[in-house]
Amino acid sequence: MDGDVTPLGLAASLLLVAVSIAISRAQQLRLERDMVVSVVRSLAQLLLAGAALGLVVDEDAPILLSWLWVAAIVVFAAATVRRRAPRLPGVFTISLAANAGSAVVGLGTLFALGIFPMEGRTVVPLAGMVVGNAFKSGVLAVLRLTEAVGERRDDVEARLALGLPAPDAVRPIVRGTLRLAISPQVENIKGLGIMFLPGAMTGLILAGVDPLDAVLVQLALMYVILGGVVTTTTVTTLLTVRRLVTPDHRLVPFARETRDE
Amino acid sequence: MEPLFAFEDVTVGRRLLGVRATVPARGTTVVRGPSGAGKSTLLRLCNRLEVPDRGVVRYRGADLAEVDVLAHRREVGMVFQRPVLFPGTVADNLAVARPQDPVGLLLERVRLPAAFLDREAATLSGGEAQRACLARALATRPRVLLMDEPTSALDDEATLGIEALVRELAIPVVLVTHSDEQAARLADHVIELDAGRVVEVAGGR
Repeated sequence: MDGDVTPLGLAASLLLVAVSIAISRAQQLRLERDMVVSVVRSLAQLLLAGAALGLVVDEDAPILLSWLWVAAIVVFAAATVRRRAPRLPGVFTISLAANAGSAVVGLGTLFALGIFPMEGRTVVPLAGMVVGNAFKSGVLAVLRLTEAVGERRDDVEARLALGLPAPDAVRPIVRGTLRLAISPQVENIKGLGIMFLPGAMTGLILAGVDPLDAVLVQLALMYVILGGVVTTTTVTTLLTVRRLVTPDHRLVPFARETRDE
Repeated sequence: MEPLFAFEDVTVGRRLLGVRATVPARGTTVVRGPSGAGKSTLLRLCNRLEVPDRGVVRYRGADLAEVDVLAHRREVGMVFQRPVLFPGTVADNLAVARPQDPVGLLLERVRLPAAFLDREAATLSGGEAQRACLARALATRPRVLLMDEPTSALDDEATLGIEALVRELAIPVVLVTHSDEQAARLADHVIELDAGRVVEVAGGR
């Protein structure tokens, strides 16, 4: 099945980017440079990914190749989280565990229950969807949790001073963080079909698949993605908390100093 | 008599530098000094919210590094500079402390009417909130009370009210203040700190 977009068509779609750049210049948004960089990067990265995907989806390609790719996605996601939250010690390891968790839970469900066949065609795209969504909620969880523990240091220490164990003292903050990081995905699912038609489904319909079949694929994906998001968020939050409090029930100095004095 | 707290060459970062001092087991000990002198750090060592980098902190002779920290904190209560009440009612706040006494009695001890139990904590004035915090700290039936500038966020009237309650407490109190006047009003003993070192130890009023 060939896509409808030709290289010429792709070039035509850049027309609107040119318009955006013109607007940015006229309004002095100073986004021109970023726009050009993002277009060039997306072209290079996606064309490269497309070419590489061509290698792994080949029916003769060993499935191990796909799994190596999945591992790379997980590592890359962890590196991105570390870049976004550089102040938390050990954030790379935390994120590695959390993203690997979502990959295992998500892909495990999809393949073990036979929702998709496990083959070169499915492994990498599905991993990209599950981990790609999950790691964003992981970033949110890390940032919000460290920020909240710093902001609400007084509250946490008042609870510690009453003899509460550290996990109890931070529980209200942990609960708030989990809700905050998970609820966007829940809202997404609620809005399905009304506010937006999600990517996988749209892609399948554009490629000529029957819309109802495309919907089934999309729904299964969304539910599994939710599972991935919950997994990553929970693992991230629980491991991050352990970096913010000590085993002898104190806030680590890092968490105390996060607040502006 | 064995001291309540003993600091043996205690260093914490650059905030406390080789502090040697003792807190007697009776009366109110005031820790006094300019801001940045290390007063709060000294107090926070007493319930293990902080630990020394070097040196030993003892409570009734026992090295605090070796005690059960959760039990210790219920025995050594703390009131903070800003009254921090948890979301919910005053009764909810007392419940977090798993109170050993009837909650009405706790409010009576800080001179708040029993009707305050159902008040939303967020609606209390600064003075009322600090009284509620004191009641919450007393809920664990502490044998010692630590107070970190408990009146610095309060107006004069509320300050005198809290000071009156401090004098009535039947347990030893360690109180941090930057106010010489307050130190003079409350202190049975004084530890004066400056730039992380003890500069004076004295009897008070």
